[in-house]
Amino acid sequence: MPIIAKNFYDFFGLERKLGIDTADLQKRFYELSRRWHPDRFTRKSAAEQADALDATAVLNDGYRTLRDPVKRAEYLLTEEGFPIGEQRSKDVPPELLEEVFELNMMLEELRGGDESARPQLESAKQTFIDLRSGVDRDLERLFTTYDAAEPASETARQALHEIRGALNRRRYIENLIRDVDRALNPAIATEEPVENLL
Amino acid sequence: MGSFQIDFGESRKSKIVGIDLGTTNSLVAYMDLTGPRIIEDSAGRKIVPSIVSLVPDGRLVAGETARDLLLTAPERTVYSVKRLMGRGADDVQDELKLFPFRIAENSESVIKLKLGDKTFTPPEISAAVLKQLKDNAEAALGAPVTEAVITVPAYFNDAQRQATKDAGRLAGLDVLRLVNEPTAASLAYGLDKRADGVIAVYDFGGGTFDISILRLHDGIFEVLATNGDTHLGGDDIDNLLLRIALEDVQSEWGDDLSGDAEGVQRLRRAVIRAKEELSFAPQAAIHFTYKGKTYERALDRELFERLIAPVVERTLEPCRASLADAKLTPEEIDEVVMVGGSTRIPLVRAAVERLFRTKPHTELNPDEVVALGAAVQAGILAGDVEDKLLLDVTPLSLGIETMGGVVSRLIHRNSTIPASATETFTTAVDGQRNVLIHVLQGERELVKDCRSLARFDLKDIQPLPAGLARIEVRFLIDANGILNVTARDARTGREQTVEVKPSYGLTEEQVAAMIEESFEKAEEDLRERQVREARVEADNILAATARARKSEAFAALSSEDRAAIDNAKADLEAVYNGSDHHLINAKIEALNRATQQLAENMMNTAVSAALRGSKID
Repeated sequence: MPIIAKNFYDFFGLERKLGIDTADLQKRFYELSRRWHPDRFTRKSAAEQADALDATAVLNDGYRTLRDPVKRAEYLLTEEGFPIGEQRSKDVPPELLEEVFELNMMLEELRGGDESARPQLESAKQTFIDLRSGVDRDLERLFTTYDAAEPASETARQALHEIRGALNRRRYIENLIRDVDRALNPAIATEEPVENLL
Repeated sequence: MGSFQIDFGESRKSKIVGIDLGTTNSLVAYMDLTGPRIIEDSAGRKIVPSIVSLVPDGRLVAGETARDLLLTAPERTVYSVKRLMGRGADDVQDELKLFPFRIAENSESVIKLKLGDKTFTPPEISAAVLKQLKDNAEAALGAPVTEAVITVPAYFNDAQRQATKDAGRLAGLDVLRLVNEPTAASLAYGLDKRADGVIAVYDFGGGTFDISILRLHDGIFEVLATNGDTHLGGDDIDNLLLRIALEDVQSEWGDDLSGDAEGVQRLRRAVIRAKEELSFAPQAAIHFTYKGKTYERALDRELFERLIAPVVERTLEPCRASLADAKLTPEEIDEVVMVGGSTRIPLVRAAVERLFRTKPHTELNPDEVVALGAAVQAGILAGDVEDKLLLDVTPLSLGIETMGGVVSRLIHRNSTIPASATETFTTAVDGQRNVLIHVLQGERELVKDCRSLARFDLKDIQPLPAGLARIEVRFLIDANGILNVTARDARTGREQTVEVKPSYGLTEEQVAAMIEESFEKAEEDLRERQVREARVEADNILAATARARKSEAFAALSSEDRAAIDNAKADLEAVYNGSDHHLINAKIEALNRATQQLAENMMNTAVSAALRGSKID
């Protein structure tokens, strides 16, 4: 199917940058939807219908990936030969060691029925949310560095390397926040596990 | 009906109709030049009750006819069958306590319902309702109707959607699209007149509840999130009232009616009437007369609201969840649209207004709005409506079973559809030829807490040492919300055979067999009609021959010609009661030929008589 570009950036007609104007992306998404949605192909041949279905699946998967900075970065890393899969270790990032240790103690206490751990956990959660915001700021800065660098240059590769580290840290923090949420509100359905984003 | 007659030219095929296949009621609509319009039956009724009954000649009838049979032949009649679509015998036990479904013994992954001495699957029952709608549409439009858009609850899973599609096929309809009920409703409301905005559609019907949140932008209806409960509806409210009424009747009459199907049905009707009255009046009463006894009970709105508050509350949790998924606060919802008969209840309206902090739209008839929207979607598919486009989502996450009974998610809920995911599988044993993939739907992490969809068997894998085979499997949820699985050998690029074993649903072969059987039945019906038509023609020619035999022209024929006519007449009479219309037609033709000379002679006599100015008989 030569008409359908499988690469999300190509499909949307975008440069392979990490910084994306999401309003522009949405506009492109709507335009491409009008062109490719299967609803527009009901009266066309089976082959054209199949192409439309394929194209729309790529379009929707691509929009979902590119509009979210984290998914977008993970996608670009994979495309550029920096797969993040094998780096998903459970190891605690060294700079978080102390916080994680304390957090685990608090979680134990709450699970053991000690309600006094609850306010502490609430504040711990805030700490991790702040940490996540910090990572997000790092990512934003690294995105700019990458986008400004010559493609495939040493600077670009270095930026991707650091982005991969930041994404792993972010995923780790994200999981901690989820654990705290679960401990605080066991009844509420949680967000999808971050492990399965890709 | 002048507008039906407009000739759209060769390029337009027959009309695509839009069908709301509801738990309680169903409707069919189409797009005319002025907009979507509900199709009425010959008696001018828009609503076809989703009730089906097996009549003594072995046919299934649906709608009003079946509704009357619900009282007189309850053991051959069934309603609310939508609750059983795409479900197995093991997971409808709760429904059985409240609904008089008679499940056949041999039900396994697909439920079979007993109607009289026959059994039918839920898609076959639904097909009878669809067939009735199709007939109504064909009668109204004066043309065959073979293509349809059918609506389903947004929260329907894959098996429930597939069952609905199967029902369409069994009814002789090519289901061009399954569209989610709340999204369809948003199309009908014409809210896209505002250039941009976020709307919530609260759809509380007879048996299902859905909430969908959409962003409107320049004719594009983009669903952001959807949630719901496919077993929560007005039925549940009816059952609450019914339980109380049954207890009352028992204490007042000393009779336990719960085992009396007709009594329960009549009482159900009585409580529904009271429920409906309470939407417009602060006071109502349940009036019930049965077998010479009368039960009456006043019901005020306050008590009613106290009773149903838990049911209404159950609809609010999915609303909050969908807001969270859409990452929106209630204040960010610009408009709320109410759909489904249960939204007539004042308490429901108040609860929705309180949650979304905006007065919900109730301008359109909540019973009709989904069918109207389905007709708009039909117009989009036909190319008649070009400015609107619906981008819907899958309501449930899709995953596969991995080690330790854990689900690995491939496509997340609220992903815009079509959506896809590709996974590579390999073999665990040297020379392994098959890989079995268990696909599930749901939000929980363990296989046992999710809904099993199907097992896909990758067959005829090239035998290789363990771990070397690379089978790339593509999971694609199409625009109907139905999963398609394809696989190819990544090493050879060869398409890989995938055999689907649905966990709850009919296999492709079963549907094909049912369609074939229905064709056979249709052929039987056709043959019968042809025989009847041939007999009518035979009656005419036999009567004409009998008259001609008394004429002078007959007497003037040679004895041979007269004998030929009498023989041909006797031949036709001999086959008249047979079931072969070809034979009857052949004998009619023979009699025609034998009487040709006679007819000409009679005509000449008539002409010459006319020329003489005299009158002949």
